[in-house]
Amino acid sequence: MSAASHTHEQSFVSKYVFSQDHKIIGIQFLFTSMIFLFLGGLLALGVRTQLGWPDAEIPVIGKWLFGGSAGGKMPPDYYNMLFTMHATVMIFFVIIPWLTGAFGNFTIPLMIGAPDMAFPVLNMLSYWFMWPAFIIMLVSFFCFGGAASSGWTSYPTISSLGLAPGNGTASHASQGSGMGQILWLTSLTFVGISSMMGSVNYVTTIINMRAPGMTFFRMPMTVWAMFITAILQAMALPVLTVALIFQLLDKTIGTTFFLPPAGATIGNWTSGPGGGQTILWQHLFWFYSHPAVYIMILPAMGMVSDILATFGRKPLFGYRPMVLAIAGIAGLGFIVWGHHMFQSGMDPRLGTGFMLATIMIALPSAVKVFNWLGTTWNAKIEFTTPMLNALAFVGMFVIGGLSGIFMAATPVDMYFHNTYFIVAHIHYVLFMSSIFGIFAGVYYWYPKMFGRMMNETWGKIHFAITFVSANAAFYPMHLVGMAGQPRRYAMPVDAPSMEHLQGLNTWISVWAIIMGFAQFIFVANVFISLFAGKKATRNPWKANTLEWGTPSPPGHGNFEKEPLVVRGPYEYSGPESLPGEDYAPQAPNLDVPEAVPAHAH
Amino acid sequence: MLAEIALFPKTASTIAGDIDSLYFFIIGVTVAISTVTALVLVYFTIRYHRKRPDEVPKPIHGSLALELTWTLIPLVIVLIMFGWSVKLYFRILVAPEDAVEIYVTGRQWMWKVQHPEGQREILGYLPSSVEGVPDPGSEMHVPVGVPVKLILTSEDVIHSFYVPDFRLKQDAVPGRYTTLWFQATKPGRYRMFCAEYCGTNHSKMGGWIVAQEQSEFQQWLSSKADRSLALKGRAQFLKQQCISCHTGDADARAPVLEGIYNQKRQMADGSTVIADEAYLRESIVNPRARIAAGFQPIMPPYQGQLSEEELLELIAYLKSLKRGDIPPRNEETPPPAVKPDALPEPNKP
Repeated sequence: MSAASHTHEQSFVSKYVFSQDHKIIGIQFLFTSMIFLFLGGLLALGVRTQLGWPDAEIPVIGKWLFGGSAGGKMPPDYYNMLFTMHATVMIFFVIIPWLTGAFGNFTIPLMIGAPDMAFPVLNMLSYWFMWPAFIIMLVSFFCFGGAASSGWTSYPTISSLGLAPGNGTASHASQGSGMGQILWLTSLTFVGISSMMGSVNYVTTIINMRAPGMTFFRMPMTVWAMFITAILQAMALPVLTVALIFQLLDKTIGTTFFLPPAGATIGNWTSGPGGGQTILWQHLFWFYSHPAVYIMILPAMGMVSDILATFGRKPLFGYRPMVLAIAGIAGLGFIVWGHHMFQSGMDPRLGTGFMLATIMIALPSAVKVFNWLGTTWNAKIEFTTPMLNALAFVGMFVIGGLSGIFMAATPVDMYFHNTYFIVAHIHYVLFMSSIFGIFAGVYYWYPKMFGRMMNETWGKIHFAITFVSANAAFYPMHLVGMAGQPRRYAMPVDAPSMEHLQGLNTWISVWAIIMGFAQFIFVANVFISLFAGKKATRNPWKANTLEWGTPSPPGHGNFEKEPLVVRGPYEYSGPESLPGEDYAPQAPNLDVPEAVPAHAH
Repeated sequence: MLAEIALFPKTASTIAGDIDSLYFFIIGVTVAISTVTALVLVYFTIRYHRKRPDEVPKPIHGSLALELTWTLIPLVIVLIMFGWSVKLYFRILVAPEDAVEIYVTGRQWMWKVQHPEGQREILGYLPSSVEGVPDPGSEMHVPVGVPVKLILTSEDVIHSFYVPDFRLKQDAVPGRYTTLWFQATKPGRYRMFCAEYCGTNHSKMGGWIVAQEQSEFQQWLSSKADRSLALKGRAQFLKQQCISCHTGDADARAPVLEGIYNQKRQMADGSTVIADEAYLRESIVNPRARIAAGFQPIMPPYQGQLSEEELLELIAYLKSLKRGDIPPRNEETPPPAVKPDALPEPNKP
C-alpha cells in the first residue's frame, strides 16, 4: 500500500492550508460552510425582522445600516437584497459545499477504502476555487447599489437590464441589479468551477479506487448518494455556467440573450431592441437548479440511512431498493424543471409532461421513507444525538416531500406558485431535512474527524430547541401561503387585505430568532469539543463501515493496511457479528486492538 | 364554510371550486400519509429503543412484497391526482371563444388595464411623481357570469397577475403575450397581487378586481367611455403608414388584413399559423420571423418603435377589421404622422 510513501513530514501550510489530503479539505469545507451558515442565518433574521415587525425602526444598527434618510427603517431594496443573499449563501455556500464538499470529501475515500481522492491537487483546487467566490460575494455587499437583489433565481429582465456598454453598471430595473448582480454572477461561476472539480473527482474515485472486495453493491448508502449526486452535478452544472455567462455578457458587453426583440422600457429609459427570450433563462436556470435541489438532499439521505442502521443496530431495510430510489430521484430530477414555470405561459401539453415526471418523484421518495421506517421497525434504537437528528430528518422529509405534491399538481400550483407555501416547502426540504441531515452527519463523524467526541447533553439540547423552534417557525408558513401571501414581499401589509396575517408573521419571526440563537450551542459544542471532548476510540459507535477501522483521526493515507472487504455495510446483529458484539465490520482485517498506537506502521 | 375563515380565500370564480376539490383531495391524502408516518415513526422509536445493551434485534434485510406494496399503492394515488390535474389544467388554460377580452400591461409597479371599449384603469403603486393626481382607486372592473380573458404582457420585467379568490395566476412576460381567463361568480371586490418578484415596490403592485353584474358593468363601461382601443389603433395604423402597403386591394404588396384575426394563415415555408395576438404582435415587431406565403420580406421591423400600449391598440384594430373596413388610400386619408386627436371620428362600428 502506498500509505507509507506519504508519511514524510509536511509543513503547516501544506498540511492544513494548501492541503491535498481529502480529510483536511473536507474539514476546511466544514468550517467555511459553518461560517457562512451564520452569515446566511443573519440575513434570514433580517428578512424575518422586516416581516415580523414591518416598517419598524430598528434600534441602534438601523440608522447605521440603512442610512439616516430611511430613519432606521428597512427600505424595500434592502429587504430584497436580504432574501436574495440569504438564499444564495445558504444554497451555494452552505448546503452544497457542506454536503458534497465537507462530507463528500471526508467520507468517500474512507468509506470505500481508498488512501485519498483520485486527484488530490484537483481536490485542493476545488476548495480554493471557493475563495474567489466567497470574496467576490462578500465584496458585493459593499459595492454601489449593494449586493444582488433579484432573488436567488435572478430572473431576467429584472436581473439583466443594465445600461448600454460603457455607460456604467447601474440598472434601472432594480438597485441591486447593477454591480451587485455582476459580482453575483461572477461569484457563482467560481462556485460552479469548484463543484465541477469536486464532482469529477468523486466519480473517478468511486469508480476506480474501491478497496478489494468493495463491489458497488457493498458500498454504504452515503457513498451511493455522493456518487449519484456527483453525476447529477457534473451533468447539470455546465448548463448553469452557460446561463451565468450569458447573463454576464448581457450585463457587460450588451448582448441580448435574455432581452426580447421589442426591448424593455422603464420610465423614460428604453433598453433598445433585443434578440433573445426572457424565458430562456428560466429553462437554463431550472435545468440546473432543480437537480440542485436533489444535490442538496440526496447526500443527506445517504448519511441518514447509514446512521439509522448504525443506531438501530439492524440492517438497512431494502438496501437495493434504496439505491434504485436515489438513482430514480436523480434520473427524474432532470426532466421536471418545467414545474417551476407552469405560470410562464407554458403550453399545457408540455406542462402535462413536466407534471407527470414531477408527480412520479413521489414514488422513489415514498420508497425511501418507508424503508427508513422499515429500518426502525423491530430495531434496538440507541438515542444518540446523531440518531435523533437522523430521525428528525425522516419525519421532516415526509412533510417537505408531501407538500411538494401541491406544486406538482398544476391546477393547485396555479394557486400556490410564488406564495409563502413554497417558502414553507423549500424550508422543510432544505432546512428541516438537509440541515438535520448535516447535523446528524457532523455529530456522527466528528469523532473520526477530530478524534474527540462531541458533548451528548448539549447535542441533545441543541437538537430539541432546533426541532421545536424550526417547526414552530416553518409550519405556519404553510398557513400564510394558503391564505395567499405572496413571497418576496417587503411589505405584505401594504398589499390589500393582508393585515390579518401579521400575527402569524410575527410568531414565525420570534421562533426564527430563537432557532438562530440555538445554533450557537452547536458551534460552541463543535469548538469546545475540539479541546475538551472525550477522546474518541477507533469505533465509538460500533459501526461496520470502513472508516471506523482506522484510527481517530486517521493518519495521512487513511488505512494502516489495505482493507479487504468481505461483506456489505449493514450486517448488524447477524450471525457474522464479532464475538460478543452485534456488528460485523466490512473489512475484518482492519480490526486491530485499541492498544496499538495510531501510527504504528 | 371555509371561506369564513380568514386564513382561507373566498371562492369567487367558476374554476375555484373545482381547484379546491382537487386541493382538498391532496390535503386529505398528504395529511393522512404524513400523520400515519409520523405516528408510526414515533411509535417505532419509543417501542423499539434499546433497553439493555445486550438486546439484539433480528437482522431483517428487506421484503420484496413490502417494497412492491409501498410503490404500487402510491403509484395509483399519484396517477389519480395526475389524471384529475390534467383535466383541470386544460380547463384553466384554454379560454372559451366568446370571452370578454381585457388587455393588461404590467410595468414597475402598476398594471395598466385597457378595456376594448376604451376605458383605462390602473392597478397598483403610484409613484410619488403623480401623488397629486386623484387616486384612481386601484381597481379593475369585470363583469360577473361571463368568461373574461386577460391578455397580459409587460413593458419591463416579469410580473405575475394573481387573484387568490379566483385561484389563478399568470406571469406577464416582456416580449410575449400570455392569457388568463376566469368567470367571476358573484359581484364583489377581490384582492389582486403581483406574484413575481419585480423590484422595489413589488408588494405594492396590487389592487382590487371589482366584479359587477353585467348591466352594472355595461353602465360603467359607457359612463367612462373614452375613445375605444380599436379606434386608437386605427389612428396608429395610419400614423405608422401601415396603410401604404396593407391596403384593401387584393394585389397589394402586403397581405390584406381584413378579417385576419384567428384565421389559419399559410406561411412561405409551407407551415401554417393561427393569426392570434402573439402572431400579430410578432408580425409587427419582427415581421421577418414568419413570412406569409406569396409575399416578400419587405416590411421593416417595428421593434422599439411602438410602446406596448400602441402595439395593443394596433392589434385591437386588426382584430376589429371586417371586410371592407380598411380605409381607401386616397387624398381623404389624413397624412401620416398627424396627431391622433386631430383625426376625424369615424362612425361607430
